[in-house]
Amino acid sequence: MSNAEKMLDIKDLSVVYKTDLETVYAVNGVTLSLEKGATLGLVGETGAGKTTLALTLMRLLPERTGKVTSGSITFEGENIIDLPEAQMRKIRGDKIAMIFQDPMTSLNPVLTVGEQIAEALLVHNEVGRSKEEIEARVDETLTLVGIPPARKREYPHQFSGGMRQRVVIAIALSCEPDLLIADEPTTALDVTIQAQVLMMIRDLRDRLGTSMIMITHDLGIVAQTCDNVAVMYAGEIIELGTAEDIFAHTMHHPYTDGLFASLPNLKSKTARLQPITGLMPDPTNLPKGCKFAPRCSRCMEICKEVPPEVYTEGTHSIRCHLFHQSKEN
Amino acid sequence: MAEERIPLIETVDLKKYFKVGDNALLHAVDGINMKVYPGETIGVVGESGCGKSTLGRTILRLIEPTSGQILYNGDDITQYNARRMKKMRQELQIIFQDPYASLDPRKSVIEIIAEYMIINKTLPTKRDIFNRAAHLMDVVGLARRYATAYPHELDGGRRQRIGIARALSVNPKFIVCDEPVSALDVSIQAQILNLLMDLQDEMCLTYMFVTHDLSVVKHISDNIMVMYLGQCLELTSSDELFEKPLHPYTQALLSAIPEPDISMRNKKIKVIKGEVVSPVNPKPGCRFAARCEHCQERCHQEAPELKEVAPGHFVACHLCDGPI
Ligand SMILES: Nc1ncnc2c1ncn2[C@@H]1O[C@H](COP(=O)(O)OP(=O)(O)OP(=O)(O)O)[C@@H](O)[C@H]1O
Ligand SMILES: Nc1ncnc2c1ncn2[C@@H]1O[C@H](COP(=O)(O)OP(=O)(O)OP(=O)(O)O)[C@@H](O)[C@H]1O
Ligand code: SF4
Ligand code: SF4
Ligand SMILES: [Mg+2]
Ligand SMILES: [Mg+2]
Repeated sequence: MSNAEKMLDIKDLSVVYKTDLETVYAVNGVTLSLEKGATLGLVGETGAGKTTLALTLMRLLPERTGKVTSGSITFEGENIIDLPEAQMRKIRGDKIAMIFQDPMTSLNPVLTVGEQIAEALLVHNEVGRSKEEIEARVDETLTLVGIPPARKREYPHQFSGGMRQRVVIAIALSCEPDLLIADEPTTALDVTIQAQVLMMIRDLRDRLGTSMIMITHDLGIVAQTCDNVAVMYAGEIIELGTAEDIFAHTMHHPYTDGLFASLPNLKSKTARLQPITGLMPDPTNLPKGCKFAPRCSRCMEICKEVPPEVYTEGTHSIRCHLFHQSKEN
Repeated sequence: MAEERIPLIETVDLKKYFKVGDNALLHAVDGINMKVYPGETIGVVGESGCGKSTLGRTILRLIEPTSGQILYNGDDITQYNARRMKKMRQELQIIFQDPYASLDPRKSVIEIIAEYMIINKTLPTKRDIFNRAAHLMDVVGLARRYATAYPHELDGGRRQRIGIARALSVNPKFIVCDEPVSALDVSIQAQILNLLMDLQDEMCLTYMFVTHDLSVVKHISDNIMVMYLGQCLELTSSDELFEKPLHPYTQALLSAIPEPDISMRNKKIKVIKGEVVSPVNPKPGCRFAARCEHCQERCHQEAPELKEVAPGHFVACHLCDGPI
């Protein structure tokens, strides 16, 4: 892959949250890239650092505590880590848009839903639409996300959780960004509305070549919509590959295997689900070897001492000692 | 089904309308009749905005119903005064999707878990209360070293465990679980679901479980209610619903599940077509009519009633008028 095709290139990125008392190692040496028009699925345990990674791309880390300690983020040929805030503000919302995990953080409680969508449309009103045209677009946008346009005069608190999420999605999509970062965009939606939203996102990609980072824990959505998949654990990418590598192949990181084994099955009735035992390590005090070692059923002596290197086979890479061994054998 | 059993929770024609603007009423919950027996789980699914959360909150009287009855062990709690309701409330608890929003950020984990016990003075001394809170941490699988941590320092899975421990602290009988695992990854989700099911067995808890994840609802529920614009469209056992969905909306819902299987990838995503109908001053007739492939003349005039079309299988659709 030549550099020209990459619209986003993240190299060795590390991010911490630092308070007087402790340092949380939230993102640890992440390297990822994204081509124009491609969709990357980012999955992983709660607290794995997915939102932190997204906020770093948007340069929206909490000012006092969040810090990038290493690495670079090249977006459309420019390293955005040190970009002045004024320039970054232009990129945000115009070139990179984010759908936040909690819709209330991006909605204004004192403006009606319609006013907020109109506001977003006005920011990108290069073609100079009239007031009436904007209103018509607001109605159209609401209809697309399955909300009757007549309800545009209501306030966010009068909407259900999923309806708020749909408003946020509608606003992000109306910006027509080059890169869309969607943090759990459809968790609060039922599957039929979700299908509608995924169609809208697909349509945007086909029409404008929008690239996407889709953060989700719904492996069904990942399988249906993502070209590539990154699995994150304790701030690291522990497995990366095409959707095919992740869903059709049998060779996986033990954590990824555990994720698939945890899924309730629609076709057969199981008495008990099979979660991965234990919990994520304390991010202020990560294990020195493999970060998954304390929970891994295949853990070896070396795993506790030495962090595994990345093992790569074609498009598929895995960070686990098991695969180095099998290569040598 | 049930012979002599009394439902733990029963709603009779329960309605909750919100006033939105002059003369406009939003029919959030519009005549729900449901029965939940002790130790059972009723799953509630349906379009986002169809009234699931409102139903859950209304049953607990966190929102006052517009009309209808809520029977708890056969007793109508809508008639209870504030004092009686306060006592009652301990037996009726709720767990939210976003545990973070429902936890006081200035309190430590153990203080949050002790909160309801202190308010309700369930135990004679502070010491007893904190001992019980510590015990509840064990029950929900929270390591005791987190007792003095604050919610923002914990991940979603641990926060959800705090919410569960707090709900359990007052010995509830009925718990509304409003999307309790939606924000969690699949492995933590599986841990929490196992925990909820174990607690149900041990304490004979009764759940109303709201979720958008159909594989989760199938796994955890005995019966499932499908809602659309404030009404119940279909109600039956979990197995029957997935094997023989009868209502056109249920069928559309089940066919839209994205499966973690790449071979289905290029399958066109199925979208329900047709106008979205507003719950504000809804028109007569079937509420799904504008989007239903099978809609007939009659559907626009006459609202279909919820009827038992097979033993224990209730559907509200003119297509299912006769026994099937
Ligand atoms: N503002 C903050 N201050 C301190 N620690 C934080 C802050 N925000 C997040 N963290 C911690 O950083 C780690 C990564 O969190 P992050 O929110 O990025 O995870 P995530 O993968 O998005 O999880 P989820 O699936 O629950 O959304 C976690 O341990 C979290 O507790
Ligand atoms: N306080 C309120 N004032 C006015 N309308 C409200 C209020 N609360 C809820 N509603 C409306 O009632 C309807 C049902 O909302 P509810 O939150 O119960 O839906 P839900 O089924 O839980 O949706 P979701 O799956 O998105 O959480 C929605 O149309 C919503 O806009
Ligand atoms: S490196 Fe070792 S502990 Fe880590 S995932 Fe692989 S086998 Fe398990
Ligand atoms: S009553 Fe008519 S419109 Fe309503 S679901 Fe049945 S067939 Fe469709
Ligand atoms: Mg997150
Ligand atoms: Mg809700």
